[in-house]
Amino acid sequence: MIISGIFFWLFAIVCVASAVMVISSRNPVHSVLFLILAFVNAAGLFVLMGAEFLAMILIVVYVGAVAVLFLFVVMMLDVDFAELRHGFLNYLPVGGLIGAILFVELITVVFTWVIAPGVPKAITAPIAGDVSNTEALGLVLYTRYVYFFEAAGMILLVAMIGAIVMTLHHKPGVKRQSIAEQVARTRSSAIEVVKVKSGQGLS
Amino acid sequence: MIIGLGHYLAVAAMLFTLGIFGIFLNRKNVIIILMSIELILLAVNINLVAFSAFLGDIVGQVYALIVLTVAAAEAAIGLAILVAYYRNRGSIAVDDVNLMKG
Repeated sequence: MIISGIFFWLFAIVCVASAVMVISSRNPVHSVLFLILAFVNAAGLFVLMGAEFLAMILIVVYVGAVAVLFLFVVMMLDVDFAELRHGFLNYLPVGGLIGAILFVELITVVFTWVIAPGVPKAITAPIAGDVSNTEALGLVLYTRYVYFFEAAGMILLVAMIGAIVMTLHHKPGVKRQSIAEQVARTRSSAIEVVKVKSGQGLS
Repeated sequence: MIIGLGHYLAVAAMLFTLGIFGIFLNRKNVIIILMSIELILLAVNINLVAFSAFLGDIVGQVYALIVLTVAAAEAAIGLAILVAYYRNRGSIAVDDVNLMKG
């Protein structure tokens, strides 16, 4: 119990500190790296809560895909980030005010809420004690929530197609292979037999 | 000291606030804004998983999985828009996004 408490404070403090660094770092590459650190520590919190499958998904999807995508875009676009930071301090007062109000409201809620008495009876899918987290999630996800699962797949498909359509663009002057044109060539359109008389050559 | 539901909710509240704060602080840099949105969605996921774990209901984790999917799709689409915008305008300053005069 004491070990899990120590790890909770470790993960929580590192996660919040790296979130601070994400929004305040001067270099966006450092921001992305701190975002990765925040996600890894959030995955640690998930493990502490007993949601191992989501922790591993968080590592795979966020650290493996999303953060690398961010890193790729930050490094690919040649942007003057110093200029974008201009006016950083102008937004500090109003942003700080709204952030402080929101934080006070959220903390007020966090420390005063109670669970309604009917909630523990209304649980739809209780976590079984004898199966692993992954198995328990799969037992529910592929049966009762299979339509949500397929909708998630459709969302990813549409996002993939949309991203490809938006970023794919052909420059007009570039020569590229057209397989249909190559296959549609016939002998008559491709070859011309010319009889050349000796001593004259082609004019 | 027993780590209860309130501790996780407090961490999630801090992350959520930092995400909102980051959007205000980096008004011009859309990449940092996208990262702040990721932080906000991470806070939401921590909330969902915390309630799921402490109430003993697996549905919260199913919901967190859906939120994770939407967050990944959002990041992909957002960065694709960013690349297309950079290709057209040569910068990613959010202040310049007034081409359509909306």
